[in-house]
Parts: sequence; C-alpha cells; structure tokens
Amino acid sequence: MTELRGSATAAAATPAAAVAPPAPRTGLRRRPGRRKFIELVVLLGPALVLFAGFVLLPICIAAYYGLFNWSGYGPVSDFTGLHNYRLVIDDPVFRESLLHNVIIGVLSLVIQLPISIAIALLLNRRMRGGSFLRTAVFAPYVVSQATTAVLWLLLLEPGGFVDQLMKAVGLGGLVQQWLADPTIVLYTMFVVLTWQFIGFGVILLLAGLQGIPPELREAAGIDGASAWQTTRRIILPLLSPTIRIWIFLSMIGSLQVFDLVWIMTLGGPANASSTMVTYMIFYGFHSLEFGYGSAAAVILFIISFAFAFLYQRFALRRDTAGALTRAVR
Amino acid sequence: MRRTRKCVAVAAAAAAALTLAACGSSGSSSGGNTGNSKITLTWWSNANANPLLGVFQSLAKSYHASHPKVSFTYVPIQNEQYDTKIQVALQGNNPPDIFFQRGGGFMATQVKSGKLANLKPLDSKWIGELGSLAAAWQVNGGQYGVPYDQHTVGFWYRKDVFARAGITSPPTTMPQLETDITKLDAAKVAPIAVGSKDQWPDAFYWDYFAVRECSIATLKTAVKAVSANYPCFLKAGSDLTAFMATNPFQPAFLNTPAQVGAGSSAGLVADGKAAMELQGDWDPSVMEALAPNKKFLSDIGWFPFPAVPGAPGNSQVLLGGGDGNSCSASAPEPACADFLAYLESASAQKLLVSTANVGLPANPSASSALTLPAEQQILQAGQHTPYIQEYFDLAYPTNVGTALDAAVADLFANKGTPQSIVTAIDQAAARQ
Repeated sequence: MTELRGSATAAAATPAAAVAPPAPRTGLRRRPGRRKFIELVVLLGPALVLFAGFVLLPICIAAYYGLFNWSGYGPVSDFTGLHNYRLVIDDPVFRESLLHNVIIGVLSLVIQLPISIAIALLLNRRMRGGSFLRTAVFAPYVVSQATTAVLWLLLLEPGGFVDQLMKAVGLGGLVQQWLADPTIVLYTMFVVLTWQFIGFGVILLLAGLQGIPPELREAAGIDGASAWQTTRRIILPLLSPTIRIWIFLSMIGSLQVFDLVWIMTLGGPANASSTMVTYMIFYGFHSLEFGYGSAAAVILFIISFAFAFLYQRFALRRDTAGALTRAVR
Repeated sequence: MRRTRKCVAVAAAAAAALTLAACGSSGSSSGGNTGNSKITLTWWSNANANPLLGVFQSLAKSYHASHPKVSFTYVPIQNEQYDTKIQVALQGNNPPDIFFQRGGGFMATQVKSGKLANLKPLDSKWIGELGSLAAAWQVNGGQYGVPYDQHTVGFWYRKDVFARAGITSPPTTMPQLETDITKLDAAKVAPIAVGSKDQWPDAFYWDYFAVRECSIATLKTAVKAVSANYPCFLKAGSDLTAFMATNPFQPAFLNTPAQVGAGSSAGLVADGKAAMELQGDWDPSVMEALAPNKKFLSDIGWFPFPAVPGAPGNSQVLLGGGDGNSCSASAPEPACADFLAYLESASAQKLLVSTANVGLPANPSASSALTLPAEQQILQAGQHTPYIQEYFDLAYPTNVGTALDAAVADLFANKGTPQSIVTAIDQAAARQ
C-alpha cells in the first residue's frame, strides 16, 4: 500500500503529471511479474536443466573431444585442434555416407511423400474397413526398428521369402542379392525404411485432412469442381502445412538413419549403405577413436541443425504466421 | 570364445547378472589387499551362453568352495556389446574386478586407461609356466592379462561334402585348394563359406597370405612398428586378389554374418550347403549351436591354411590368438590374481577344454582333454609351428585393427586394392 500512496503523491506534484497518462501502479505490476517469473522458473526450470544437461552439454563435450586425439581411455590430453574435423570432411567414406543420407532424403520426398498423400486421401474417405486399413498401414511404425531389421533380414535372405515370392509370380529374373550387392543395398534399405515409416506419414496427413472442413469440398462440388480439381486446388493447398511438417521430420530422420542399417548391413558391403551415424558409431565405439568419432558427431549435428534452422526460417515460418487462414481467404 | 557369436538371441541373458556362490556373503571388493574380510569379485565375461557360461559359473562355485571368503558376481555380456561396455566401465570409477580380455593391441589400448592391474609384481610364478603364450599378453613389460585358452585359425571342412565332390584329401597348397574349389563348384555346393558382413573373417585371408609371404622377423617388426608398409604385405593383397578371382565363396557372402543364425557361414557349413570355412578352432562349437542335427560333427575335419608356392614365409606359421581375463587395478588382490591362476590349473583347464570346447588349453598339461581328432590335429600343428601370429586386427591397436578389417572387406567387395589395405593401416596408425 505504501508504494501506491507514493505514486499518487508524485502524480499530483506536477501539472504535467495531471495530463499525462496515469502513473504505472508499480506495486501491483511487480507482484504479477514476480509471480510470472516464479512460474517460469518452476515450470521451465526443470526442462531447461534437463535440456542443458542432456542436449547442450553433450554437444559441447563432443565438440571438445573432437579437438583431441583420444581413444576413450586415459586422459584427454593430445590436443590436435581442428585436425579431426578436417580428416572427417576429407574422408571419402564420410562424404559417401553423407551422400547416402541425401539420397534417402530425396527418395523420401519423391517416393514416400506421394505414396503417403495418396494413401491418406484414400483412407480419408468413408469406407468399410477404413479403421482396419488405417491400423494396418500404421502398424509397421509401431514395431521397433530392431524387430523390423531382423524381420527383413529373414525375408531378404538369399532364397528367402522375397526371392521365393518373386519366383512364384514369374519375376524370378529380377531376384537380386538384396543386401549383398553394393549397387542396390541402399535402395533395399530405402524400401525397408519406407515400409516402416510410411504409416507415420499417412497418419500425420490423415490428421491434417480431417482438419479441413468438409464444407469446402461440398462447396467445390456444388460449383462443379471435379474430384481431381477439388484435391488439387483445395485439399492439397490446405494440407501443405502438414506436408511441410512431414518433410521436416522426414529430412531430419533421413539424416539420422541408423538402427535399421546397423542391424541389417552394418553399413556395408564396403560402406555401400553407410550413413553419417553408422560412420560415427564405427569410429567412436568400434574403432575406439572417440576424438575422431566426436568430430563426426559434431559435423552431423551442424548439418542437421543448419537444415532445421533454414527450414524453420524459410518453410515453416509461414505456417506459424497463419498460412492456413491466408489460404482460405 | 574370442569371436564366438553363437549366442543369437541371448541378449536377454546378458541383462541378467548372476550372483554366484554364497549369494549372502557380505562385503564387496574395494581395492587393495583383502586381508581377512569377505569379498565379492565382480566378473564380466562375454560367455553368456552354455556351455562356457555354465563352466565359468561352475568354476566360480568351486573356487568359492575352497576360498569361502571369496564369492563372485558373474555378469554375462553379449559379445558385440562387450567392447562398448568395458570401455565405458574402464573410463568410470567402478570397473569390474575381473573382465574378459582379448590381449594384443586391444589390451594395449585398454592399458592407457590406467585401470588394468599389472599381475607381474604379484605371485606370478604360474604366469611364467604358461610360457610364450602369456608373454604375448604383456604391454611395456607389464602383465595386464592372461589367456585361459589359445586359438588357431584353419579350414574346417565337411569330409562328406569333399567326398561327394571327388576330393580325397584336403589341399596342402593353394593350387590344390583352387582345384578343389572348381570340383566343389561342379558338385553344386558353395566351396567356401565366409561371414563378410562381420569383416573380421575376411581379414583372416589377408592375414594368412601375409603370414605366408612375410618372414617371421618382418611379421614381428610390422606389429611392433604398427605398420604394413612392407613389400610382403602388398604381395599378400595381390595373392588375395588372385584368390578372390576364383569365386570361392557362397552367393551373397558380402552380407552373410559369421556366426549368427542358420544362414551364417558357420550355419552353412553345418548344414552342408558350403564345404568349408576358414575360422578359429571355436567353429565346431558355433556350428553345433546352430545346427538342429548334430550328426554333422562326425563329418567335420580340419586342415591348415595351404602353402603358397614360391612365398618366402614359413608355411608352418599359424594364425591365432587367445581369450583370457584381466584384473582391474582396483580389484582386491591377491584374490583376483589367485582366481586367474586357478583358471590356469590343470583341472579348470580340462573342464574348459572338454566341456566348454574353448579350443586349445593355455596350460599344456590339459591337452589330454582334447578328444576330437581335429583338435589333436590342431594341437600337433601348434607343436610344429615356429611361430603363431596373432590375428593382425587384434595385434595392432584397436583403431588400426578395425581399419585393416574394413580395408580387406573393401577388397572382398571389389572396391579395394592391395595398396589400399596397406594405406588404410598406415593412415590409422598415424591417427594413433
């Protein structure tokens, strides 16, 4: 109360103060401010501590280890500066691994996305068995990657189920050494990745489709738009924020592919299916070159972060600024 | 057990720490001398499947029976997970008291942690009795581990499949082996199975060609200098390239695992789908675990890697290694070292050889427990050899060894050259 009284006294002291807007009631403002601060500390504090401890700190530690030649044993003392980073960037195997990540990302865009949209559009219709089909499409995504890898290892064995099936339907001539041929193993891996992750895309896009008011489709129908025109001109533009989110998640996932590849091929044969993460694991844990592996990890982080940052800045920003409402207008 | 990955789905077993013997005994290891207090030794091993798992548990129980104050917590860890786990443990403050060891450069890399106990200052007369085998497990004059078995790499073959292909006796020279490959091809059976997915089985071939092409002195120098920049190593790569041109391996060998599943190289030989495999002496036990019908064991034979005509190296030199244990520097002594000595006793060694099929015993007095004719054959080969070269991927420091494996795997996939193997080794050595 004393603070309130003090403010009122100050306001009456000068004529200018009489025409000026009422003086801020500092005492009343400060209290909610403090409360807000406490709320922030209580609600954000633990998350921030965890984020700093389990995300920021490890990144800093990895960047630090990357500056040393360190086997994982003994003191971290052999400082080599940016030598490890240079070696990683100059290593043809690392570049090849990065290229594999990019190929997986591009194939995801070109193949997985259209398939996901098509299935989502199909499943968005009212049809008998729709729930079952949705569950069936989503089921592989629920299965752990390790299980998926073992399952497909068995299916793709020489003379295994896939080979027998192809022979049974007259495609025996197309049978390949799916995981042993360096020229096709990456594409085999992509098929398995698609099998596992397409359900996620479909569910995400279905959720997006169900957020589009049915009246729009009905109105377009009344105006004489064909089904294709409705999809092309109305549904897809309204679905684009969801598509952009899918692209973001898919690209980050493509940069981080590991489990399936590691179990199915260990990145081989001859690095033909290696990715940046298998490269990092190989040098870090398998080869016990923790300094070198850490440098690879930091480079992987920078690439992922740069992509995420630029994509947020140029692609996702419009969604947060209300792209949906603009599109409807 | 060096590379016995026979435990296909036993990761679950690895999760369980089995407390052995005197579960209720109090106290735990805290380092230094033990005095009269009760202690518990934590023992990490990659033996997570029977028969070796059971034998180790039984040996721990026996030791406890004669040393009631010492009990064990045995922690079985799946082989592929072991290297990572022990690396983390040795970086931490609480490493296991006893842990599985492979020796060579693998152990030398671990010694850098300062967490391995040097057994030499302790009562180590028993180590001396193991002779040159244990001497190979020294780093800078310190004895940081001791092997409980010794391994030899050679060809395991199916006598019945050889007979079906019209081969009357195993080959002794490379040209003979190549002729046999042609005969086996004609008999519609994969001549040789190899687990290239794991890379290290590929390296056995390069290793053996190097052993045939290099003098013993060069082999020793190369390992000591951590280099392969010698003409004989290049020649080994050329020999391997020429051998690969005979298409000796099964279809899709580049993604075949060595020891996991019926489709592995060991499984293919056990099933009669391949005629032979270049592997360590642990191979029959791996095959046994993979094959539903154990009848094949009577058809299994062994022959050493053939001589390479004109190669200057000694054709009786063998490729091998061993499995053993180390004590951590914080382990209670002399209990830990005493238990390792117990594992080298004739009775323990006989149990390991006869029941766990670990290969050849580290203690020669247990050789009488070898029963399979092939094992006796390996024993004799070992007695006649002037030198056993440790697998290069373990003899070199870990990062150099993995670089070697990867470079040979590239050659197998037609992406490498003899020079690229030498270069990979030297580049990795430079990163040391």
